[in-house]
Amino acid sequence: MNNGLPSIDKYLIGSSLEYFNSCLLPGVLNPTSKDIAEKLETLKNDSVDKPYFFIGAGTCGLGAGAIHTEKALLNVLKNHKFDYEIIKVGCIGLCFAEPIMDVFLPGKNRLSFGNVTPDKVEPIVLALLQDDQTILSQALFQYPSLNLKAWQEVPFINDYPFFKKQKRIVLNQCGIINPLSIGQYIAQNGYSALAKTLKEMTPIEVCNIIENSGLKGRGGGGFSTGKKWKFALNTPSDQKYFICNADEGDPGAFMDRAVVEGDPHKLLEGLIIAAYAIQATKAYIYIRAEYPLAIAHLEKAINDLYKWKILGSNIFDSGFDLDIIIKKGAGAFVCGEETALIHSIEGKRGMPRPRPPFPAVSGLHGKPSVINNVETLANISSIILKGSDWFNSMGNNNSKGTKVFALSGKIKNTGLVEVPMGITMREIIFDIGGGPKNNKLFKAVQIGGPSGGCVTDENLNIEIDYDSLKTIGAMMGSGGLVVMDEDNCMVDVAKFFMDFIQRESCGKCIPCREGTKQMQNILEKITRGRISEKGNDALDRFKGILQLEELSNTIKETSLCGLGQSAPNPILSTLKYFRNEYEAHIFDRRCPSGVCIELVNFEILEEKCIGCTLCAKKCPSAAIKGSPKAPHYINNEKCIKCGQCLKVCKFGAIIKN
Amino acid sequence: MKIEINNQSLNMPAGISILDACKSANINIPTLCYLEDLFPSGSCRMCVVEIAGVKNLVTSCSTQITEGMKISTHSNRVIAARKSILELLLSNHPDDCLYCDKNNACELQNLSAELGVRNRNFSKRLIEKEIDKSSPSLIRDPSKCILCGRCVRVCEERQTVSAISFIKRGSQTKVTTAFDGGLNTSNCINCGQCAMVCPTGAIVEKNNIKDVLAALSDKNKVVVVQHAPAISVTLGELFGFKQGSDVNGQMTAALRKMGFQFVFETSFSADVTIMEEASELVDRIKKGERLPLMTSCSPGWIKFVEHFYPEFLNNLSSCKSPQQMMGALIKNYWAFKKNINPRDIYSVSIMPCTAKKFEAGRAEMVTGGFADIDAVLTTRELAKMINMFNINLSKLKPEDADDPLGEHSSAAKLFGVTGGVAEAALRTAAFLITNDDSKVQEIREYRDLEGIKELTLNIDGITLKTVVVSGLSNARMVLDDIKRGIKQYHFIEVMTCPGGCIAGGGQPFGLDKDRIVARMKALYHIDKNEKIRKSHHNKDVVKLYEEFLMHPLSHKSHELLHTKYKPRTGY
Repeated sequence: MNNGLPSIDKYLIGSSLEYFNSCLLPGVLNPTSKDIAEKLETLKNDSVDKPYFFIGAGTCGLGAGAIHTEKALLNVLKNHKFDYEIIKVGCIGLCFAEPIMDVFLPGKNRLSFGNVTPDKVEPIVLALLQDDQTILSQALFQYPSLNLKAWQEVPFINDYPFFKKQKRIVLNQCGIINPLSIGQYIAQNGYSALAKTLKEMTPIEVCNIIENSGLKGRGGGGFSTGKKWKFALNTPSDQKYFICNADEGDPGAFMDRAVVEGDPHKLLEGLIIAAYAIQATKAYIYIRAEYPLAIAHLEKAINDLYKWKILGSNIFDSGFDLDIIIKKGAGAFVCGEETALIHSIEGKRGMPRPRPPFPAVSGLHGKPSVINNVETLANISSIILKGSDWFNSMGNNNSKGTKVFALSGKIKNTGLVEVPMGITMREIIFDIGGGPKNNKLFKAVQIGGPSGGCVTDENLNIEIDYDSLKTIGAMMGSGGLVVMDEDNCMVDVAKFFMDFIQRESCGKCIPCREGTKQMQNILEKITRGRISEKGNDALDRFKGILQLEELSNTIKETSLCGLGQSAPNPILSTLKYFRNEYEAHIFDRRCPSGVCIELVNFEILEEKCIGCTLCAKKCPSAAIKGSPKAPHYINNEKCIKCGQCLKVCKFGAIIKN
Repeated sequence: MKIEINNQSLNMPAGISILDACKSANINIPTLCYLEDLFPSGSCRMCVVEIAGVKNLVTSCSTQITEGMKISTHSNRVIAARKSILELLLSNHPDDCLYCDKNNACELQNLSAELGVRNRNFSKRLIEKEIDKSSPSLIRDPSKCILCGRCVRVCEERQTVSAISFIKRGSQTKVTTAFDGGLNTSNCINCGQCAMVCPTGAIVEKNNIKDVLAALSDKNKVVVVQHAPAISVTLGELFGFKQGSDVNGQMTAALRKMGFQFVFETSFSADVTIMEEASELVDRIKKGERLPLMTSCSPGWIKFVEHFYPEFLNNLSSCKSPQQMMGALIKNYWAFKKNINPRDIYSVSIMPCTAKKFEAGRAEMVTGGFADIDAVLTTRELAKMINMFNINLSKLKPEDADDPLGEHSSAAKLFGVTGGVAEAALRTAAFLITNDDSKVQEIREYRDLEGIKELTLNIDGITLKTVVVSGLSNARMVLDDIKRGIKQYHFIEVMTCPGGCIAGGGQPFGLDKDRIVARMKALYHIDKNEKIRKSHHNKDVVKLYEEFLMHPLSHKSHELLHTKYKPRTGY
């Protein structure tokens, strides 16, 4: 019944068993192991004895209106006198289909519906309760089961295109289980990896398994996790710290948030195992304050752990003590950098310091500390249970396991995907993501956040791993994928990222602080129209472009931390693949995608203009001239590019170019 | 450990940084943020070097040498990178050097010259920021700040005051006080160590030359001046004298040339301070109260106690500092002797200290309705004035100070260095206890630049536990130890600035150890050759007590020479 994996109860003795029992079966004196097993079985929610409704209520779900969906559901159910349960779950990854509502009826498979706006709740619920099969065409998919009745004509989740090519280890329970129920997590083999670790393995054995599995840091660095742990384990010290970096700062990245919101115990189990592996007795979770829901879920989960005695002193009667402290970050991008993060926890300004000494030798409060991000830690329990060979068998040459990506931007299926390493970008964008929205032409995808690079059509077929991405001037980063289509101006994209980087630079070292500002200035100058040029701006457009390379080199070579060293990437990468767009901006003062508004020229097509004068009347800068009933023209020197004329013209006579 | 720098094989001790290795090999590497003895911050990136086999350039201040390391300190790539970084820095710098206080004393200016910056490569994007003139001691011009962080680190790590830190991010980053208020709203103790390390003109002393010039040209004013013990062994450096030269006589001559009518030495009132403070010490020991006695001549330290350790305010000696004693004596003793209306006296002091400017303005420092001191100039300002008057210091014939406030013992001269006050005080205290002048002469244990120097003395059966402290991080440690009951003392000398007044915040910019050691040696040299080496042997001091003050701690001296301090708040 436990899929061949070790069950937790065999590790429970003494006081930890007592705590478990009192939490599982409160009020029952001396429960037998059968009682416990039965209780755990019911907590699994593999089958239900009354209708269950699951509502996707992660941040994406809430943003899409999950609260209103829940209200509508309560309204519908109010009129029916039967027992039911509503469970709020995290994000399953289909952010584009939120709010998602699953219906789980006794004896039938769990069924998932997408885009369940309040008005759709009643038809779905009523149809299912009355066994009306027509509603099934609206279902997204159903979950497989051993002995429940399947719904006809509804695909199983594994056949659903979005999930077909995915391999879910980190996200396997996200959006499915109740994130607030420690019991359900335990029922699904939860914390058995921890129990196994504490009871049967020495710290060095844990480090070895993780090292052999080939797991690399998923936060962007790509350093061997096991090796990092060993450094800290082998550094003698009276106190060590483990730090979980949940300060997800990249624009367009929300993987960690989804894990913490949807399956916090998975992270916590990995964190406790990791702390044991380096013999840390204090662990911090550094999470941005902008993730209130994730923090609430974490707080609940940690409180439960103390109640169940899986945290605190003498965990599972192993003699291992650990406390976990949540530290809220104020949302600085640079605090994702290890030494800056440490400073921030210490209560100092989040600024990096030179390395060495590395945190594994001298980190938080000068003690050996290891920092891993959420996704890395969420992999740990599975590796402990299933072994390093299992993990190592996934992926390609030197990148093992899976990687979670956050798909956003101009793509049909925005959301979270977890794919085996070595999959091609094309498969992610087109097979899983469904390609660009509105059938526009794909232009590029930005990977690795602001300091990453873009992957263009010509490189879509390379297998994604840590090394291959570097060869094309991009990087794995933490896993944000922002898709751009033909309507995006790549100079504008570069400008956006440079603006972000220069604002988020901590200001400590000169090349990053001053260099990124200069780069941003250069980009601003080349996207500026003549009308707003001052002083030497026109000259600086050309001068600036000539400096970009030297600047990039200086910043890359001499910056203090990773943020600075990778700061020029957005420019270098777009310059490499979209040189023509830069040239159009610089030499022709033209933005091919029509995004850089100051470079856009509005023009009246003579043959289409009937001289109705409406545009001239609406123009706020009196830039449109012409006699009634004769074609008008636009004086571009006067035009302030507000676009009013385009909006009001009823004859399609005005174009943007 | 064998390493190679610029193709030269060298043997270096393990565990040192590349920068230190280069220094000992006489290879200069430019730095803008490096500070000796503090953890490298690696922010200016100016000290980058190339290491064979390492992809990026590395900062030599923060990288330790390893066996077989091959380092190039001045390859084309390195120089180009340094120049680029500097040019980036200049793109956001006012570079109006001619109008800058630090012109010709600016590290950024020197570096630009060294690296041959001749074109404005990157377009200028100067963000003008408001100048903070709120402090009586220091002026901050954030527009000139290059954010090297030296001031922040000195304030936080050496002085543990943390009056200033960084705010905002990216190109908006700025060094400022809590809530971005004026320095006067902060807990800044005005020590000026930030100005000493600032590589540009972003932090400088508040200049009072104008006020002094105005007084000098005012016919109704009698302008008198006093100069502190540390000035005479420092000023010469700024006029081409050898480090540690004593230019006391030339300085007196120069002051007279500029129009100061009477030139006194603060060393005289330092002798008076010793008379009072030594008596206070003996008195407190006899009564067994308010121990340890803590010296009160360093105004930064006073403000530090007011802010951070108000519970120790009672332990401070009630003596005013020598500057203030001198001021009070000039207007209340000398004036009457000379039959001059104190109202007509303009009293200037030359100090190695920016905090003295603050001290002179304190409400407590008014005696008989007159401010003790009217204007304070630092060593740097004095040098500027001498230059302004085109006086060639080395050509001047040494002159003596005016009587009777010009006479001094060499014990008073020791006030300029850490340990000096304690040595001077104990010389006299020992005499007061034993009536025997041979008990305490030179106290070797105090005579170095260590931050904390403990010494237990036994004077005729009386055990005196003393500690000499310089630098406020050390003071904090000592006070915390006392609070925790780990340490007990009878007497504590504290100097705000590490090393004492010879490294004070009003001295020539920069804190190189060599120069400070030379100044220290000069003071001890003066002491060695002086005939009068004890404050109670100063004839004019003896006379002062005979005809005016009666005896130390008398009613009159309390009125003129003693004061009290109150707790203070501030961030």
